[in-house]
Amino acid sequence: MILVLIDHDRGEIDPLSLRALTAARNLGQNVEAVAIGSEGNALAAIVGEYGATVLHVATHSAITDYTPMASGRALKDLVEKLKPAAVLAAGTPRGNEQLAHLSAFLDIPMAAECSEITLGSPHQVLRARWAGNLIESALVHSDLLVASILSFSIEAQATGGAPANVVTFEPSLHPEDSIVRILSRDSGESKGGITLNDAKVIVSGGRGVGGADGFGNLEELATLLGGTVGCSRVVTSSGWRPHAEQVGQTGTKVAPDLYIAAGISGAMQHIAGMKNSKTIVVINTDPEAPILRYADYAIIGDLHQIIPALTSAIRQAKG
Amino acid sequence: MDVLVCLKRVPLAGGTLILTPDSRDIETKHLGFGISPHEENAVEAGVQLVEQMGGTLTLLTLGVSDAEEQLRSQLAIGATRAVLIETDGQEWDPQGTAAALVDAINADETKFDLIIFGAESADSAGYQIHIRVAHALNRPIITNVKSMKIENGVVSCERVVSNGREHYEAPLPAIVTVRDGLNIPRYPSVPGRMQARKKIVDMKKAEPRTPKLEKVTLALAPSKDKGAEILGKGTEAVPALVEVLKQIGAF
Ligand SMILES: Cc1cc2nc3c(=O)[nH]c(=O)nc-3n(C[C@H](O)[C@H](O)[C@H](O)COP(=O)(O)OP(=O)(O)OC[C@H]3O[C@@H](n4cnc5c(N)ncnc54)[C@H](O)[C@@H]3O)c2cc1C
Ligand SMILES: Nc1ncnc2c1ncn2[C@@H]1O[C@H](COP(=O)(O)O)[C@@H](O)[C@H]1O
Repeated sequence: MILVLIDHDRGEIDPLSLRALTAARNLGQNVEAVAIGSEGNALAAIVGEYGATVLHVATHSAITDYTPMASGRALKDLVEKLKPAAVLAAGTPRGNEQLAHLSAFLDIPMAAECSEITLGSPHQVLRARWAGNLIESALVHSDLLVASILSFSIEAQATGGAPANVVTFEPSLHPEDSIVRILSRDSGESKGGITLNDAKVIVSGGRGVGGADGFGNLEELATLLGGTVGCSRVVTSSGWRPHAEQVGQTGTKVAPDLYIAAGISGAMQHIAGMKNSKTIVVINTDPEAPILRYADYAIIGDLHQIIPALTSAIRQAKG
Repeated sequence: MDVLVCLKRVPLAGGTLILTPDSRDIETKHLGFGISPHEENAVEAGVQLVEQMGGTLTLLTLGVSDAEEQLRSQLAIGATRAVLIETDGQEWDPQGTAAALVDAINADETKFDLIIFGAESADSAGYQIHIRVAHALNRPIITNVKSMKIENGVVSCERVVSNGREHYEAPLPAIVTVRDGLNIPRYPSVPGRMQARKKIVDMKKAEPRTPKLEKVTLALAPSKDKGAEILGKGTEAVPALVEVLKQIGAF
């Protein structure tokens, strides 16, 4: 049996967890899911639809919100009871973190960001390194495989299964497991509008934009296309835009339908964050810019002329 | 306030990576070295804490003896001293690395109030060494921190998520892992560099363990690599782009 950690925010599922379910199904074994916190109960239908037969829900008075170490302890309890062949989760900050707590509790290895898994003795994995620019082939020496799934390596596929049977359990938490938990939230840097993570269109600017002022044109185009603005690290470290807008290895990894990269050269750390976009359009003065290798379409020229011209042409076309 | 920052020497690669003939490592002949970017923020955070609250900032790394170079350049921005656990150049797996870091931390005469890690290393990106260290030292750990303050023996942190910010707290002694964007790391000053030469770097040895996560080979990730269709030069190409955007349903 393969156990998949389903991450959720107060009962709202992280869709990347569904990809982890699909990756688990591809291993050819029965798949069961686990959600931490009683709000996980609400997920029986969706995890069933994506192939899990059982949904284990960890409930405990100390788990009222995201509590990563408690998740690790709950997973440990469940693993000791069910003896799965593998525990998988989405390769997200939360997925990686909770699995790392599990493997620290059990003192066994963990393979982060895997794009391929072959169960065996030892297990074999392909995992992303260097922000996805390198693929490592590695052996995992432990009975239980703990691995997170590289986010964009697989699409979620529904099986149309019935809702999973919900089985609740109470993990044997220690006081220290729930010291670190979410105390409160606020809407932070996101202005309540579209965030990088859910934008269908991102208009991204790099050093070529030349300064904070230059981003006005990019914002106008983004708004017109119902999207939002992104940027490279040069832009955030120059203080032109907030860090929340940085795309790349150390920023946000995005995969919108349309990514327009204006004045961005295409360093591998930037590419790592946007190469999964469906259509990539480049605007750059340099016909040799590395980003052209990853793009679908390009205009060679000055973004300060092209972006305003594009905006008004789209306005006209829209009528 | 005694702070420890754990950092890792990594090649500074911006463009295309090249592998060694045995495909086990990156060819570094033509590359410089630095530390993982989140760790630059970790060191800056440590320097700021010690500036504000007094105390010491210690740096700890496990790596080849040449990692002294990275320790010295971080000492130059204001760290107090450094510890280098020397390896033979083979890459250690996360469990082995964490265990060696834990031994060094336990053996140190300073009892660190706060240990800061990068959220993940640039080269290996295992997302775990800090959590393993936290378990071994029985300390609370807050990960992926984008802003942090310390008051009355409590570290309070924010983590940025897609729909806003989450707040966490932990009593000291604690561990935090930080991300790019936490602060803007400073450059070393000339006097800073001079002082760094005289600061103490303790060299230690540790016994390698059999890796449980065993690297076999590395390969370059496949890229789209078909190359872009060039729609034209300058504003003349704009109508062609509008056509493309219409076709893909962008508006
Ligand atoms: C470990 C690590 C992590 C990193 N993480 C990230 C990350 O998350 N995200 C990220 O983006 N970077 C990251 N970087 C930085 C990355 O290596 C590059 O330095 C950065 O992406 C370059 O930004 P840029 O393309 O805007 O600038 P440049 O590389 O300077 O490129 C500017 C481009 O603009 C073009 N241009 C100039 N003027 C115009 C004009 N008028 N019109 C059109 N085009 C013009 C130029 O031809 C050039 O191609 C990281 C670096 C390291 C070492
Ligand atoms: N060899 C090392 N020496 C010291 N600290 C390290 C080493 N490797 C990783 N770390 C720390 O652990 C963090 C997470 O690394 P990783 O688990 O590889 O993603 C890094 O950002 C560093 O702060």
